[in-house]
Amino acid sequence: MSDLFNVNVTVNGTLYEREVEPRILLSDFLRHDLGLTGTHVGCEHGVCGACTVLFDGNPVRSCLMFAVQTNGHEVTTVEGLGDIDDLHPIQQAFWEAHALQCGFCTPGFLTTLVPFLEENPDPSEEEIRNAISGNLCRCTGYQHIVEAVQLAAEKMRA
Amino acid sequence: MLEAHPGLPEFDYIKPKTLAEASRFLADHAGEARPLSGGTDIFVRMRDGVWKDKYLVDIKGLDGTDEIVYDPSKGLTIGAAVAMNRVSAHPDVKKHYAALADAVDKVASYQLRNRATIVGNICNASPAGDTIGACLLLGGALDVHGVDGARTEPLASFFEGPGSTALKPGDVVTSLRLPLPPKGLVGRYYKLGRNKSSDLSIIGVTVVGFPDKRAASGYRIKLALASVAPTPLVVAQVEEILAAKPVTEQTIAEAAQAAMDACTPIDDVRASARYRKMMARNLSQKALTEIWNQLGR
Repeated sequence: MSDLFNVNVTVNGTLYEREVEPRILLSDFLRHDLGLTGTHVGCEHGVCGACTVLFDGNPVRSCLMFAVQTNGHEVTTVEGLGDIDDLHPIQQAFWEAHALQCGFCTPGFLTTLVPFLEENPDPSEEEIRNAISGNLCRCTGYQHIVEAVQLAAEKMRA
Repeated sequence: MLEAHPGLPEFDYIKPKTLAEASRFLADHAGEARPLSGGTDIFVRMRDGVWKDKYLVDIKGLDGTDEIVYDPSKGLTIGAAVAMNRVSAHPDVKKHYAALADAVDKVASYQLRNRATIVGNICNASPAGDTIGACLLLGGALDVHGVDGARTEPLASFFEGPGSTALKPGDVVTSLRLPLPPKGLVGRYYKLGRNKSSDLSIIGVTVVGFPDKRAASGYRIKLALASVAPTPLVVAQVEEILAAKPVTEQTIAEAAQAAMDACTPIDDVRASARYRKMMARNLSQKALTEIWNQLGR
């Protein structure tokens, strides 16, 4: 087996220290080592966007990073956005606008949208569609997702 | 035995502290070690079993490679580790190198561009590389650190075939340099994909143009094509035609035909060779017309 590496990474505000094999993907590390199964694994080729997490605040594909590369950095997963008693405005808006059916793609959409709405508090429909163009949803046809983003933007501006 | 999760093959992860250390390791393990930058291509190739390297050498952030600098007297320097989104968001890139900013924004998706790099796109040497055409047309050159020290590789002679470049074992590209843009430069990247985002290009057309008193037509307009040949293709005939003759609807059609004739595409999962050739002509015609309008005709 390859040498193990020490990883000190802050996930959702908690510092974790783990030993990992270099080939362990960030997505698998989050799910299997840390038990944070909110990050979903779809295509594992960087296409579908389901595994999107925030790496130092920027959305990235966690299936295209090694866990060892997060040493000394910060990761936010969907679990870090809010919980059932205190949903993030974007989560609340997805709920209210019926922006999910099976929900598999949702964590990736949410993590993509958090920094997007922080930078674009009043986005046009075109800007929204462009922002979510790296996330695939097979249920909704995107219309309700776009509406949820508009609703979330309204909530966050208020 | 079938593994529940195929994952990636085993390899050793090397994180050198200096460029010299990186070059030495890569040279000593030629054929079994690969530099890792953004990794967005490497992961996919390794997962699919195409690449089976024993060592991945993480070169992200070595010795000042994480900087992007525009110097009004020299031009633009993009460090090898600079993620694509940082390039297209840079005000000087948008202002002076529009073709590059446009091409960068059409690579895969936003999330991917937070990891992927332009230097990685170039070194990967895919004929489909979206940013390569702009770098070629803008006169780009690479700063390379090898076992014998630093040197410069002009992009014009860099590409040898799909995935094959002038780089030798031990070479680490540290930055891409683009000279100052000519006055009045305009440019764009046109990408034809199966969808608007995420996919590789069926074909890609990069055009740049600027007023040039030395050209008979008064303009210098250049065009490069992606996904139509074993290497990214600059169609020199387009520049020649539109420099020698007045730029009109007819000469643009002639130049677009020259672009089509220069193509040697293949059939693959995205499109047939025949379709690619036809689209190379049509999209070139559209691109040249729009650039011509932008130049103020």
